[in-house]
Amino acid sequence: MAENVLEIKDLKAYYKILKGDVKALDGVTFNLKRGEILGIAGESGCGKSTLASTLILRKPPLTYISGEAKLLGTDIMKISEKAFKKMRLKNISVIPQYALDAFSPTKRIRIFLSDLVKEHGIRPNRKFFQKVEERLEMINLEPSVLDRYSIELSGGMKQRMIMIISTILDPDFIIADEITSALDVSSQRFVANMLVKLRDEGITGSVIFITHDLSILYQIAERIMIMYAGQFAEIGPTDEIVSNPRHPYTKALIASLPQVGVQYKDNKLAGIKGTPPHLLNIGEGCRFRFRCPYKTDKCEQTPQREQVGDHHFCSCWHWKEIGTQTETSGGELDGK
Amino acid sequence: MENKPIMKVENLTKVFTSGIIAGEKTVAVKDVTFNMNQGEVISLIGESGSGKTTIGRIILKLLKPTEGKLIYNGQDITHINSRHEKKDYYKKVQAIFQDPFSSFNPLFRIDRIFNMVFASFMKGVKNRRELIEQSLESVNLNPQRILNKFPHQLSGGQLQRLLIARALLLNVDILIADELISMLDASTRIGVLNLLVELCKKNGMTVLFITHDLNLGYYISDTTLIMYKGRLVERGDTEKIYKNPVHPYTKMLFESIPEIGNKWDKEETFLPETVIQDVKTFYRENEGEGFKEVEANHKVLFSE
Repeated sequence: MAENVLEIKDLKAYYKILKGDVKALDGVTFNLKRGEILGIAGESGCGKSTLASTLILRKPPLTYISGEAKLLGTDIMKISEKAFKKMRLKNISVIPQYALDAFSPTKRIRIFLSDLVKEHGIRPNRKFFQKVEERLEMINLEPSVLDRYSIELSGGMKQRMIMIISTILDPDFIIADEITSALDVSSQRFVANMLVKLRDEGITGSVIFITHDLSILYQIAERIMIMYAGQFAEIGPTDEIVSNPRHPYTKALIASLPQVGVQYKDNKLAGIKGTPPHLLNIGEGCRFRFRCPYKTDKCEQTPQREQVGDHHFCSCWHWKEIGTQTETSGGELDGK
Repeated sequence: MENKPIMKVENLTKVFTSGIIAGEKTVAVKDVTFNMNQGEVISLIGESGSGKTTIGRIILKLLKPTEGKLIYNGQDITHINSRHEKKDYYKKVQAIFQDPFSSFNPLFRIDRIFNMVFASFMKGVKNRRELIEQSLESVNLNPQRILNKFPHQLSGGQLQRLLIARALLLNVDILIADELISMLDASTRIGVLNLLVELCKKNGMTVLFITHDLNLGYYISDTTLIMYKGRLVERGDTEKIYKNPVHPYTKMLFESIPEIGNKWDKEETFLPETVIQDVKTFYRENEGEGFKEVEANHKVLFSE
C-alpha cells in the first residue's frame, strides 16, 4: 500500500585513510515506507551514524563505494552536491545529536532561523513566523524564545527547538541521530513522543531514528534494524525483533539490557564477551563470529540476507537455530 | 556487621558562589543525610544538575561542604586538610569516573600506572608484582597481555576494569563510581557491573553508584537515594522505592523510563516542566511534614 520513500540497496561507504579502508558501512539494504518510523540500533562503531552521514553529507575520508540510495526515486549517491542541497530540509533533513552545538552562539534564534530558510529560497516573513510559533506551541515553548540566544535555553529546550527548526519545511524524510542520548529521562520521553507526534500530524514524513538505546526504540519505532560492526544484522517489526530475535547479536543485546524488576541478586544478566573487531581492511565473513556462541566454519563467509518471517530479514547462517524457543534470559551467551 | 555504617553523611549543604563581589548563589546540595553501610551498594540517582556528582566530590574531599558533616569510621573528617591526613583517607576511599579514556596518563604503560599506586600509597610493600597480578586477575584481565600496553591500546571496557583493579589494589572501604558505565555499550557494561558487585560483596567494599539510569540502579543496588534539585527526596531499600514510589518526582521518573515490554501511554500529554509544579503542590499539601518515614527503611521528603 505505502510507497517507499527511501530505498537502500547494498550500500557501501568506507573511510579511506592512509592505512587502507575502514569498512564502516558494508552492504546495507532496507526500505523506508512513507510515514514510517524505523529505528536503527547498535553499539558504537556499528555504522549507524556513518549511514546517516553517507546519506546527508559525505566528507572525506568518508567515501561512497557502491550501492544505491534512492530518495523519492532519485539516487542521492549519484547527484551533484548542488542538486542535493536543494533537497535538504525540504525532502531530507537531519536532527543532529549535539543540539547544544547546532546553534550559532552569536545570533538570536530568530535571526538564525531566518538565515537558514533564506538559503532555501523562503522569505522569513510574518506568515512564516506564525507557522514557527504554532510549532513552538506544540513543543510547549513560548514564542519569546525566538528572541533569545541559544545559551539561554536548557539542554532539553535546545533539543526541542532544533527539532522544530529541522522540520520547519515539512521534510519527507528525517534522520534523528541519537537525539535523546544527552537528555534526562523526562526530556527524553517528551522528545521521543514529539517525534511521533510530528509524524502523526503529517508534518514530517518518514523517520529514521538512530540510537544505541533499544528500549527507546521499542517505545516509538514501528520497525527496528540492528547493525553490527558495519554490517546489517537484522530488520523486522518492533515486537518481532524484541520477542523473537533471530540474529545472535540481537538476542544477546536484548538479554543484556537491565529492566526494572530485575535485580543482580535474583537474576544475573549476561553481557557479551569481547569487543567488536577493528574495521580497518577487514576481510570476508560474519563480523560477529568472534563473539558468537553459534559460530561454525561457515561463518568465515559473509552471510546472506534472508527472509526469516513476515517483513523480518536476518543475515546469519544460523538463524534457524536461534529463537525457536522463547526464553528471556540469554545465559548461554555468557561463554566461558 | 552488615548494618555498621562506615560513612555517615549528615546535613550536607553546598552553596556555590559565582562572581567575585556580589556573587550569585547556587544551592547545589541542600541538607542531605544518609548512611553508607559496609558491603552495601548504594545508588544515587538524579538528573543532570540534581547535585549527585557534587555529593560524590564532597565525599572525595575535592570540594568543601558549606555546612554539614562527614563521619568516616566514627571520626569527623569534614575538616581534614593536611596532605598527610588526606593521603590516609585516600587509601580507603577511592573513585572511578565516567570517562575511562581520560583517567590514565596516556604516556605511561599500565605497569607503571600500577606501580605509581605503590609509590604514593604503599611504599613499604615488597611483593608488588604479585599483588598487581592478583588484582588484575580478579577483574578478569590477563596480566601478561595488559601490563605492557599503553592505555590507547585497550578498549573502554578493559580500561574501566583496570580502574576497578587499581582501586582493589588499595583494598578500599568505599568506592565512588560516578556514571561508571555510561560511556560503555550495552553489551560490555553489564560485565563491568556484575564484576563490581561481585567484588563489593566479596571484599566487603561499599560502593556509591552515581547514575541517571534507573534500570541499572535497580539492578545492582541495595539502597537507593533519589535526588531532585539538590534535595534528597526519597531514600530507602531499593525494592521498596521501586515498588512504592511516593514523591511526585520519583513517580515521574518511573513513568518515563523506556522499558521493553511496556509501552508508554500515548494519550497522556507529557511535559517535563509540569514536574516542578507537581512537586510544589505536593510540598504545599504536606506542609510541615518534613522528611518522614512511610514504611520501614523508606523515607520521603514531604515538604521543604
